[in-house]
Amino acid sequence: MASINELTERIHADSSEEIVTEYLERIGKSKLNAFITVAKESALLRAKEIDSQGHDGPLAGIPVAIKDNISTKGIATTCASKILTGYIPPYDAHVIEKLKEAGAIIIGKTNMDEFAMGSSTESSFYGPTLNPWDTTRVPGGSSGGSAAAVAGCEAPLSLGSDTGGSVRCPASFCGVVGLKPTYGVISRYGLISYANSLEQIGPFATSVRDVATLFDVISGHDPRDSTSVDRETNYSSALINDVKGLKIGVPEEYFGKGIDKNVEKSVRDAINTLEELGAASVEVKMPHTKYALSAYYVIAMSEASSNLARFDGMRYGLRTEDSDWHTTFSQVRAAGFGDEVKRRILLGTYALSAGYHDKYYLKALKIRALIKQDFERAFRDVDVLIAPTMPYPAFKLGEKIDDPISLYLADVDTVPINLAGVPSISLPCGFSERLPIGMQVIGKHFDEAAILRTAFAFEENTDFHTRQPEGS
Amino acid sequence: MITKKDLEHIGWLSRLELSEEDKEKYTPKLNSVLDYFGELDKADTEGVEPSYHVMPMSNVFREDVPTAMLSQEEALSNAPKNQDGFIKAPRMM
Repeated sequence: MASINELTERIHADSSEEIVTEYLERIGKSKLNAFITVAKESALLRAKEIDSQGHDGPLAGIPVAIKDNISTKGIATTCASKILTGYIPPYDAHVIEKLKEAGAIIIGKTNMDEFAMGSSTESSFYGPTLNPWDTTRVPGGSSGGSAAAVAGCEAPLSLGSDTGGSVRCPASFCGVVGLKPTYGVISRYGLISYANSLEQIGPFATSVRDVATLFDVISGHDPRDSTSVDRETNYSSALINDVKGLKIGVPEEYFGKGIDKNVEKSVRDAINTLEELGAASVEVKMPHTKYALSAYYVIAMSEASSNLARFDGMRYGLRTEDSDWHTTFSQVRAAGFGDEVKRRILLGTYALSAGYHDKYYLKALKIRALIKQDFERAFRDVDVLIAPTMPYPAFKLGEKIDDPISLYLADVDTVPINLAGVPSISLPCGFSERLPIGMQVIGKHFDEAAILRTAFAFEENTDFHTRQPEGS
Repeated sequence: MITKKDLEHIGWLSRLELSEEDKEKYTPKLNSVLDYFGELDKADTEGVEPSYHVMPMSNVFREDVPTAMLSQEEALSNAPKNQDGFIKAPRMM
């Protein structure tokens, strides 16, 4: 496990080519199935260029793994779906342009739940990714490949996307740091949409410092995403090892029924640690949390039914034998989408259809407003909120995949954050046997500085983030 | 409650061809999710304005000037069927 600073020193002493080769070798030997596509040739070519020409970007010569729903020019992008078979984007996402400007090397595209719909990376057309801490367990999802790659030392940094917890859940299950920024801080241009009013791209790394560095590189205004905000920021400067006077809110609703005892204890111990460092904590009420999961799924499925209408086999991806107009599209989509994607499209279509729109979709949007108000009220009195990221550590492969409801329930503490659009960082705060536990530090809109500072201070005074899975 | 007949209608609206097996398999699962969504009815939303978007942004304008874009060749590079610079669609009828 090497930090950006350590890798930069090694690149200066040796070469980027050597670093990239080492990571490629580890990916080649790995059984985790963290990658769908390994960009071996282009990565080595770029490393040699950087070695010979030099580069003064903050990520010069450093490999980064990219979730396979982020468009990469010339590198296949599948969303882990059969329907995008053969698709090679003719352009880069905004975050990829930013990474390239910073000198980073795209080492490959990581596995995920099909179209980012899931919390376990088991719904991938390319098979599940395994958790590096225990290969009988899931890595979390939907950005499971990106988190497992970082935890398993197959990439020092990676990007995921978080619609209802898809960065924070796998960060928690794999024992790494993952950030879901405020909605609008990172451009979604080139991110293949699932639920566009909820999702944000987010960085993964093994430390808060590296997450902040990567975040500094990929954030910023982009006119090609009309929801992108224009603000000057420097997240790395927020990393101060001092929480004196910090007010922490503890939302008791996030410690509700079904939470694992070890998870609850680790998160409460972490809050105590921060108190010993000078912070103060107070209980806060988030009374609408109990409706968040239903509201989230109604909104996400409704948006998905619209966003995924574009996959018809005409402009890209799978095309079946032609029949008439409607039949051809229906057959392409039947052959190309997996079960969970189909279920969400069907339910989303139902929730938006005549007679049901007000009962489901409009009702969910009203609850979203109430959940947003819960956060606004809480943040009048506190600087950050701290809660478990996931109610339990990584579960077994196959344990929940056949029961949608039990899988959806895993997202109970992550989805309210996306409904409100606030930022949240998940970082390791303990272990249950050999399995990592994650806590999330949640902030108000655009106050990434407060959550990064809190997370950094916790990390500087604990050693959970330094532990590694065996064999990596 | 979604019946098999409802599912056929939603399948058509969604442009998803469903086999008999799919219908048997999906109907109970979709209904169990819908049952769960019944929770929503319990929330008091009297007088609450719906929140379509979290940020108070609307009508983001830009100057109407052309910028670099994909060439015809790039735009067609992924189309499984194309001819004479056009994407080939299935017949209408």
